[in-house]
Amino acid sequence: MATVFERPHALCDTPMHYCPGCTHGIVHRLLCEVLDEMGIEGETIGVCPVGCSVFAYNYFNCDMIEAPHGRAPAVATGVKRSNPDKYVFTYQGDGDLAAIGTAETVHVGARGENIVVIFINNTIYGMTGGQMAPTTIPGQVTQTTPFGRDTELAGYPIRVCEMMATLSGTALAQRVAVDTVPHIRETKKAIRKAFENQKEKRGLSIVEVLSTCPTNWGMTPLEAIKRLQDECIPYYPLGVYKDVTAEGGEK
Amino acid sequence: MKGNEALAEAAIRAGCKCFFGYPITPQTELSAYMAKRMHKEGGVFLQAESEIAAINMVLGAASTGVRAMTSSSSPGISLKSEGISYIAGSDVPAVIINVQRGGPGLGGIQPSQADYWQATKALGHGDFQLLVYAPCSVQEMVDMVVKAFDTADKYRMPAMILADGLLGQMMEPVQFPEIKANSIDKSSWAANGHGNKREHHIINSLYINATDLEEQVIERYKRYDIIKETETDAELYLTEDADIVVCAYGATARVVKSAVNTARAEGVKVGMFRPKTLWPFPVKELNQASQKASKLLCVEMSMGQMIDDVKLAINCSKPVSFFGRTGGVIPTPDEVLEQIKSL
Repeated sequence: MATVFERPHALCDTPMHYCPGCTHGIVHRLLCEVLDEMGIEGETIGVCPVGCSVFAYNYFNCDMIEAPHGRAPAVATGVKRSNPDKYVFTYQGDGDLAAIGTAETVHVGARGENIVVIFINNTIYGMTGGQMAPTTIPGQVTQTTPFGRDTELAGYPIRVCEMMATLSGTALAQRVAVDTVPHIRETKKAIRKAFENQKEKRGLSIVEVLSTCPTNWGMTPLEAIKRLQDECIPYYPLGVYKDVTAEGGEK
Repeated sequence: MKGNEALAEAAIRAGCKCFFGYPITPQTELSAYMAKRMHKEGGVFLQAESEIAAINMVLGAASTGVRAMTSSSSPGISLKSEGISYIAGSDVPAVIINVQRGGPGLGGIQPSQADYWQATKALGHGDFQLLVYAPCSVQEMVDMVVKAFDTADKYRMPAMILADGLLGQMMEPVQFPEIKANSIDKSSWAANGHGNKREHHIINSLYINATDLEEQVIERYKRYDIIKETETDAELYLTEDADIVVCAYGATARVVKSAVNTARAEGVKVGMFRPKTLWPFPVKELNQASQKASKLLCVEMSMGQMIDDVKLAINCSKPVSFFGRTGGVIPTPDEVLEQIKSL
């Protein structure tokens, strides 16, 4: 019998710790499919963040390094600069990338560091139990915004792709989502493009993936997908914010 | 050659392939030298956006098995402490230079030894140590950088050169030793791409299960026990018959040596104990140096930090006095001589 669907080789045969309905699993799989299709698992070094995906080093079959909170882009810089022929990616959440690690994130863009950043934006801190993230939407209830995010008190969210698109060293800044099959396909294409950019030494590629956190949103997986569509996508519009390979260079 | 530049040149000759730095007085010449030389050597020089990023770039490069280094001065080392803890917890070898200046806070930019406790007791959170070398001349800076890379690789741990602004800015003649090729094989752990030839390697300091973490830490401390037995080093100067032993390290030891020479000329039976490794502290060597002594004097450019280790090493069996200048003030030989005579 022909096998029509199987686990990518780059994805370890390890039970994941993610909550039911969490979309990390989808993104892990897409990334691994890209590593398989490009045949680069053996030439790739991944860097994990602190946050829900801290254990990602157990799920990816390539060599992996666990970074301090927010520092994955700096660790990845060290890896890439000393091994320019290898593929290097970071896999980071919103707190890691856009709060404690903002400087590291901005400067890999500014330097045009030739790496891939996979950015999971689910508008909340998951691992620590649901506190306000730099991407928490105004009005959103979290453990540390119990009355909803009040912009007078807690300021405004950061739109990361829009910000990274302003930097000369950024080759690709694209926001995608994993709520529907067409969007999941789009996400995989973006990840593939990011790794192709690295192959061609084009600079920093960041793929922001709008994701869900049913546990900390206090929702069922289906309700969470609905919130992603009704609240997150309108606030964080999907699309390509910068693509140096596109006609005209930038959008 | 200037101390800071000699540190850089020695690192390159020791096979350092990556240097990540951030400007801070009084170590900036080191970065500037690396910026000039590294690209000619086919190595990497990168000015990071912060001390924090620089130490994490070291973590990344060193995780792939290459020799990597960063350098800074006191306030910058505080920022690096998170990364140093991760490097120790991930069992990755790396070299960190601290050209100390006065503190706390922004402090000053003059020479100081006020980071002794930080370097030897608490450079970051958690149970760990790093190798700490204390040079007292430009030549020793060169020799110790080479030693630091070799020993860090051997034990898979971070090593620090604890210098100060005086040594960094000082010019002295220096000879570069013949350096043997690094023979330590890192292929059993380096995360540099498995090439489809082996299992994937994970560089990590997270152990969510308490007993797993305890086991890791205990394994590390077994290595530390071997280091304490085999890696100590000290200079014993005129201590055989000394009634007074003056303990000092780094630039302070140069001042103390002059004072000891003058005191000897005046007939005072005094010698000097100078630890070259601050961790591991040369306990055996100090006990040997102070065998005939009735009292000890500890001289530091701080309010008194190494004195704790001196007392512990001799089990408080003899009185230990202290003399220190701090904030960037360098003690004079006359001040030290006066202290020796007053004992």
